[in-house]
Amino acid sequence: MLPPLKMGIPNLEYMAQILTDRAKDDPNLMIVTSDSRGSGRVTRFGEQFPRQIIEVGIAEQDSVGISAGLASCGKKVFTVSPGSFLSARSFEQVKNDVAYSNNPVALLGISSGVSYGGLGATHHSVHDIAALMAVPNLDLCVPADNFETEMVLDSYLQHPRPIYVRFGKKAMPLFYQSASEVEFGKAGILHHGSDILIIASGETLQPAYEGASALEAEGIRTGLISLHSLRPLDKSTILEMAASAKAVITLEEHSIYGGLGSIVASWLMQQRLFRPIKMLAFPNEDLVTGSQTDLFNHYGISVSGITAAAAELLR
Amino acid sequence: MSDQELKAKSIFYRELTLKIITAANAGHTGGDLSCIDILNVLYNRILNVAPDRMNDPDRDRYVQSKGHAAEALYAVLNERGFIPESWIEQVGLYLSPVAGHPTCKIPGVEQSTGALGHGLSIAVGMAIAGRLDNKSYRVFCLMGDGELAEGSIWEAAMAAAHYQLDNLIAIVDRNRLQISGKTEDVMQLEPLKQKFEAFGFSVREVDGNDLDALLAVLQAVPFETGKPSLILANTIKGKGISYMENQAKWHHGVPSEDQLQQALRELKAEREAL
Repeated sequence: MLPPLKMGIPNLEYMAQILTDRAKDDPNLMIVTSDSRGSGRVTRFGEQFPRQIIEVGIAEQDSVGISAGLASCGKKVFTVSPGSFLSARSFEQVKNDVAYSNNPVALLGISSGVSYGGLGATHHSVHDIAALMAVPNLDLCVPADNFETEMVLDSYLQHPRPIYVRFGKKAMPLFYQSASEVEFGKAGILHHGSDILIIASGETLQPAYEGASALEAEGIRTGLISLHSLRPLDKSTILEMAASAKAVITLEEHSIYGGLGSIVASWLMQQRLFRPIKMLAFPNEDLVTGSQTDLFNHYGISVSGITAAAAELLR
Repeated sequence: MSDQELKAKSIFYRELTLKIITAANAGHTGGDLSCIDILNVLYNRILNVAPDRMNDPDRDRYVQSKGHAAEALYAVLNERGFIPESWIEQVGLYLSPVAGHPTCKIPGVEQSTGALGHGLSIAVGMAIAGRLDNKSYRVFCLMGDGELAEGSIWEAAMAAAHYQLDNLIAIVDRNRLQISGKTEDVMQLEPLKQKFEAFGFSVREVDGNDLDALLAVLQAVPFETGKPSLILANTIKGKGISYMENQAKWHHGVPSEDQLQQALRELKAEREAL
């Protein structure tokens, strides 16, 4: 059994707290919203720092273009918009105006994955990792808890650069004791084990942790990695941890194409490290209707999905 | 610099643009030639930019949203000392530092452009930053008329007026042609002046190939306090070369050697007539 964890607050709310705190000493820290102050939890930031928030209305393309212009003039810009729209509606602005023009904008995709649950596919972003991984000069992070959130936001403030950060909505456990335990670009090793290695990120880290705990309870020695940074990718940790396990299970709140599972499998194959892999992700089809939890359970991104996958992999 | 010297520069830029296009065997000839007088006045009379000032936070910003007029921009940047002579014969060639659309890696180019409809939003962000930092720089954005069909232009136009950006000067190269034909046949833009006015711009029309008129209108910005300015520059696509003028096929036509020589003869005659 893995030890029980304390609960944090939703990463979105923690993000807003961090930005509000950091803005006190940094007049160049700015937020750009597309009618997304409430959903981005930055209403209070706007009240406290009215000169440091730019509202563009429901115009995601404009939000990214304006952010690029601000960043080119020395502003540290956080563009806050639902991940579904930020990564699709304004994809070309991300590709050209942020990444290609090397304007250091932090794109914060909020309520990403299937956080919007029953609102359906228009509001889901199960494509964003696949799409944005194909864009050069764009870091890509999926923090799981408050400490990973704090680390990635501070890493941008210390070294402004084009980056996409994907946030969900729900309160997550705390997987560390403090943000100082988390390093940008370095995978978080949460547990060691020589039978199964589980790799997850974002809000799938919670079922991954619970699944690892369940496997350990069955006597299956299980390693667990939080892969909070997909680019840069901590290749050596993935390789070392996978080499010490018999099989690998990946979890992601994303299409099975082009996300964490694909990235990990591709890396291991290219290094000739052949391990059976089970990718727990959403299939390439219209998803059933339901909450985030419903969808996780329906598609096996869950404790039962992990235990079933482990049984199959170790058979 | 005298008015005559400024006119001579336009002729030189046209010659150089055609040489760049011929060397690359590619380019957006018609739209280069339509906007070259605008670039001439901007870079020689209006913008406070120079090769050694591109990191100066107080410099004016120029965003060329119609990135396909890259050859015209390269001709001006070369003559103004931003990029070396050797680069302009390599546009788009293997391992060249200069692509067929401008990139921010090229000295003097603020932003990478080429996908249409992007420049005005970036310019809005630059203008907001200038306002917040109490800077006196102006932001100029040149758009093609065909690209005004992009919805993102109008998102940016709303924001420019909403934030009362009178440090923003948008210029439309209104040559009335795009790759498929007349702009009004492809997608009706008129009444363009009234549309931008309705979006909150202060608009003035000008002959965009008349250097004196361009200089006067660019020296008059902002047209109104608290409003972004828009210059509707009526131009001729392919301006200056008889067989290219007002011909949609010269949108990205490349002259043959004979055609190049004829064009250069026409430009030489124009210079001699100054």
